Amino acid sequence: MSASLNPAAPAAFPICENPAEQFLRSDRMPSIWCPGCGIGTTVNCFARALIKTGIDPKKVVIVSGIGCTGRVAGYMHLDSFHTTHGRAIPFATGLKLANPGLTVVVYSGDGDLASIGGNHLIHAARRNIDLKVVCVNNLTYSMTGGQAAATTPRDAITATSPYGAYEPPLNLPHLVAAAGASYVSRWTTYHVVQTMKAMERMLTRRGFSFLEVISPCPTLFQRRNRLGDGLDTMKSYKELGATRHNANLADLDMTMGGEIVIGNFVERDRPDYLEAMQAHLRAQLQEQYVDPYEHAEAESALELGELSCG
Amino acid sequence: MAKGSVIVRPERCKGCAFCVEFCPPRVLALSPAFNAKGYHVPELADPEKCTGCDLCGMYCPDFAIHGFRFPKPAPTAG
Ligand SMILES: Cc1ncc(C[n+]2csc(CCOP(=O)(O)OP(=O)(O)O)c2C)c(N)n1
Ligand code: SF4
Ligand code: SF4
Ligand code: SF4
Ligand SMILES: [Mg+2]
Repeated sequence: MSASLNPAAPAAFPICENPAEQFLRSDRMPSIWCPGCGIGTTVNCFARALIKTGIDPKKVVIVSGIGCTGRVAGYMHLDSFHTTHGRAIPFATGLKLANPGLTVVVYSGDGDLASIGGNHLIHAARRNIDLKVVCVNNLTYSMTGGQAAATTPRDAITATSPYGAYEPPLNLPHLVAAAGASYVSRWTTYHVVQTMKAMERMLTRRGFSFLEVISPCPTLFQRRNRLGDGLDTMKSYKELGATRHNANLADLDMTMGGEIVIGNFVERDRPDYLEAMQAHLRAQLQEQYVDPYEHAEAESALELGELSCG
Repeated sequence: MAKGSVIVRPERCKGCAFCVEFCPPRVLALSPAFNAKGYHVPELADPEKCTGCDLCGMYCPDFAIHGFRFPKPAPTAG
């Protein structure tokens, strides 16, 4: 059924294998994720999106920061980088500018991308750097014990808000759209097909693309807030998820027990960072302009052939 | 006749029951038996109704199950 599409996968890849398997470092399974954690579900969507796009996995790079979600890079059988906390986007920016032929995916948690790394997120969106950012938002810093994050809704009980959080949370789609992102969507881990399709879209379009996936952390966030286990949370997403593709982005705040507005909110074309740089410098310098990539692309194609992942 | 089936890797399963709950024809159930880590693993309770849609595979956070479709039988002559 699932013929191997990943040249990096073992040659005699068994038929009837889980389609995600070719993109996993199987020797590292089972994962460290808790029972009912939503992160693995998003990875399944991502693997299936990779297959649907038919993209050459050798040209896909995945970059994570630190956190439970930050583990994703280490579990994927792709060229992957597990960077320092909050710095996945700067690292990915460097990769993309050094080798624009790569499809660079940033896969990390809400804390990593929007709290400690929030400034990088804003500026990558502003510059429209061609990155595909998947933010698994479990509304807390899970890996360190479930502290209140910049995304924690008001009244949520966390390790650092025992009487409930009182700070207003960041509304991530609104933030990145205002900063200039060219693609913005939000789904939950219940909405697997929509999540896969959003990932597929991000992988095939150009410009800064951002997908927020609301996801359960049953061990910390759900338990402290008496929201049941992973399955209870998935069922609540089914109830609370309200698909509104043309929603007013200012109305997308996450609340405790309130509706979760989901959808594909923004899709617009504007020159990405590289296009803007090249066009501007060409116009300014005219025949003096030397495109650094004309030469570099041929070279990096050579190198890619030699560097195998794993 | 069933259109498809599932393959389970019991050693990976953490018993979350996402697959059981979100299977459209609800053909799965958690087995009363335990795997080595002490989790209940899904089994096909109503195999005839499995469509091989692989939605269980998309939901499973632990890559422990996936669905597949049987090849269509070749049309018989006559
Ligand atoms: C510079 C630095 N500060 C703090 C930490 C501790 N730390 C590790 S993971 C993490 C938060 C992760 O939260 P998030 O990105 O939401 O990931 P999750 O675990 O929720 O998936 C923090 C604060 C660190 N590793 N490095
Ligand atoms: S602590 Fe929370 S986010 Fe981390 S693996 Fe467990 S359930 Fe998932
Ligand atoms: S393949 Fe589809 S029908 Fe069969 S068990 Fe999985 S979800 Fe149910
Ligand atoms: S979804 Fe996966 S981990 Fe959860 S019960 Fe089913 S097979 Fe086990
Ligand atoms: Mg988090």
